[in-house]
Amino acid sequence: MKEKSIKFGKNVVTTEEFVAEGHSFCVGCGEALALRLACKALGKDVVVANATGCIEICTSPLPVTSWRVPWIHTLFENTAATVSGIEAGLKILMKKGKMPEKDIKCVAVAGDGGTSDIGIQALSGAFERNHDFLYLCFDNEAYMNTGIQRSSATPYGASTTTAPAGKLSIGQTTWKKNMPEIAVAHNIPYVATACPGYPFDLMNKVKKGGKVRGPAYVHIFSPCPTGWRHASDLAVEIGRLAVETGVFPLYEVENGRYRLNIDRSKLRPVEEYLKTQGRFRHLLDEEIAKIQEHVNDEYAKLKAKVACFAA
Amino acid sequence: MSRRVGLEASLAAAEAARMADVDVIAAYPITPQTHIPERLAEMVADGELNAAYIPVESEHSALSACLGAAAVGARTFTATAGQGLELMHEVVYVASSMRYPIVMTVCNRALSAPLSVWGDHSDVMAVRDTGWIQIFCQNSQEAFDLTLWAFRVGEDSRVLLPVMVHFDGFHLSHVTEPVVLPEQEEVDGFLPRFRYPFALNPDKPMTHGAFGPPDIYSEAKIAQEVAFRKSKDVIIQGFKEFGDIFGRYYHLVESYRAEGAKTLLLTMGSFSETAKIAIDLKKSKGESVGLISLRLWRPFPFEELRQAVGNAETLIVFDRCISFGGPGGPVSSEIKSALYSEKNRPEVVSFIGGLGGRDMAVEDFEYVIERGREIVEKGSKELFETVGIRGKVTGIRG
Amino acid sequence: MAEKRLKTGSDFTWRDMEVGNVVKEAGNAALRRTGDWRSQRPVIDREKCNKCGLCWLYCPDAAIKPLEDGYYEADLFYCKGCGICANVCPKEAITMIEEEEK
Repeated sequence: MKEKSIKFGKNVVTTEEFVAEGHSFCVGCGEALALRLACKALGKDVVVANATGCIEICTSPLPVTSWRVPWIHTLFENTAATVSGIEAGLKILMKKGKMPEKDIKCVAVAGDGGTSDIGIQALSGAFERNHDFLYLCFDNEAYMNTGIQRSSATPYGASTTTAPAGKLSIGQTTWKKNMPEIAVAHNIPYVATACPGYPFDLMNKVKKGGKVRGPAYVHIFSPCPTGWRHASDLAVEIGRLAVETGVFPLYEVENGRYRLNIDRSKLRPVEEYLKTQGRFRHLLDEEIAKIQEHVNDEYAKLKAKVACFAA
Repeated sequence: MSRRVGLEASLAAAEAARMADVDVIAAYPITPQTHIPERLAEMVADGELNAAYIPVESEHSALSACLGAAAVGARTFTATAGQGLELMHEVVYVASSMRYPIVMTVCNRALSAPLSVWGDHSDVMAVRDTGWIQIFCQNSQEAFDLTLWAFRVGEDSRVLLPVMVHFDGFHLSHVTEPVVLPEQEEVDGFLPRFRYPFALNPDKPMTHGAFGPPDIYSEAKIAQEVAFRKSKDVIIQGFKEFGDIFGRYYHLVESYRAEGAKTLLLTMGSFSETAKIAIDLKKSKGESVGLISLRLWRPFPFEELRQAVGNAETLIVFDRCISFGGPGGPVSSEIKSALYSEKNRPEVVSFIGGLGGRDMAVEDFEYVIERGREIVEKGSKELFETVGIRGKVTGIRG
Repeated sequence: MAEKRLKTGSDFTWRDMEVGNVVKEAGNAALRRTGDWRSQRPVIDREKCNKCGLCWLYCPDAAIKPLEDGYYEADLFYCKGCGICANVCPKEAITMIEEEEK
């Protein structure tokens, strides 16, 4: 008899796979893992709107689909607008008695490009209109599917194909856009950061976001062996390093109240994270020191917010 | 009891959407369409219309939200004009290729630059190839009627295609005319419930919008083209059903006093009504003239056009748009193409005018007819001539 | 019993296309063999394995399958050989071996 779920302490994880095996994500893809876990947290009563990007391409080449839940892809920058239409459509059809009442969660899935660059307008609009939806940003820190081009989520000092490290440049010369804080600024009920290196934390947050009335945003760190240039077995380890060095802190903001999920008394040096990835290979000590300073500052700011607006 | 009221074409279109019991409206305001989203918002706020009104933050998002709504089986409506239609351009292609029967009013407006909020057909010509059913209104009654008709045809299970209902910005959108409004029961008898066969629902999970690798994209597009061409049968059936219930019969190509006319004028949209007056004046002087008005723009009514042209010797096509550096008048080039294979075909003469809100008076159409005949008699090397534009232009060769 | 085969685009003429190119068979990607991508495969040592299930949890490809007896094994039809399971195993019970080795 096939087990319906597997227990990990008090965490119960379904064995059902909502994204079918046989997808074409890269070997060792952190985003594929994060997506698999997120879908387990949401279950089958969803409608997923997906932006163009790694997830969409790897799961839906005609005539084949990996999706075992209702799913739609239209364009790159309009996921939040499409999901707004889905949400409003389902609600009004149920209200008018044109379809049976059912709890169906509207979920938007997009990458960092489709969220913080080309998709930010639609997202801001959907937040402001207060639709009931969960937005999952799978952040692999560049436009990975089209060949590792930079995005506003690419971290300072990373080499990408459109902001490459070279004789005159260290690669990305701007700091990563803080998308979770932009979501917080919209005063939505729930914002969280997550990482597949902490699978239960990720699943709990996605589940929580799915139960929110109004907009919820979960920003999911997605290590990419292909684009970040690390070994295929390290996505989980690198995700944990990002959290332990403070590069990607895990926190939640519920109705404006902050909670830091993992607060280490002392952050590991950021160099331990940077040296695992070829995209940072060219960085000199002074740049690493700059990054360290920035990480310290941002972490201090976050802790101040936690102190000021504690959940 | 149907009643006769004075209604702006914009408000007539909104009223049609209301009587059609539309489910979702996602629209962004843009001159000269604004009265439509405003009126719909008012109806929803007052409980006259039970619909979800999504005040999106751009036209791109307006049509994108419509995709989502249609994908879950909601009856969906939006409206735009000019720049707005341009901003949603990529979404326009997606709506038709994903086969979502969205109905969209377009209050035809000129395209920038320079910025113009006033009417012409350049927004229409930019979406010729997008695979939407497209139809032109000449007056407020048609703005009401054809919006209702659009839902009926687009949502038909043999069609499942989006429909654009065009009417001229300002010249029609803001003009109050008498409109006969039917009873709700008549509308309900004409317009069945929308049942979308692929509605996104957890009970039966499906994938919409999978991408098309090279080994399948072509087949997908041919399938779309075949379905689009076939929709003509339902279009005609829709006109017949409409006429049977409401008493007004529409045709793919409208002919006005064109039988046996040696010279024909061809127009699209509300300027056709002005042109009709010019025809009447000329006919009263014994001239052999008539008017053809293209009502259905896409799928192009080849057969009906050729029938309407008949044995005319001269066909003067009036365009409200410039197709730069190429065909000149886009409608005239499509007409020439449609007549190319005919053994007996008229001389086609092209005029461009009515750009960016420039009006066409009855005299202007009289001039077009006279100058058109002169061009055919004397011959001309010009690809097109202009009407109502200061400064004569010559040397534009086809 | 008829073997189900992964569909490819080449199987379709334009007449076979579904309206709007909707794919009605949920999850039909499960017919795709991604196992031929790999250059190494995981071997689980039952002596060391404590059946914690973390290898199953962390597999990006859902290619580790739970067995009746509570142990786990890699489904070689799908396993791409990334090595994450070996990396996360708390008992170091998983070794990645080269595909040439038997």
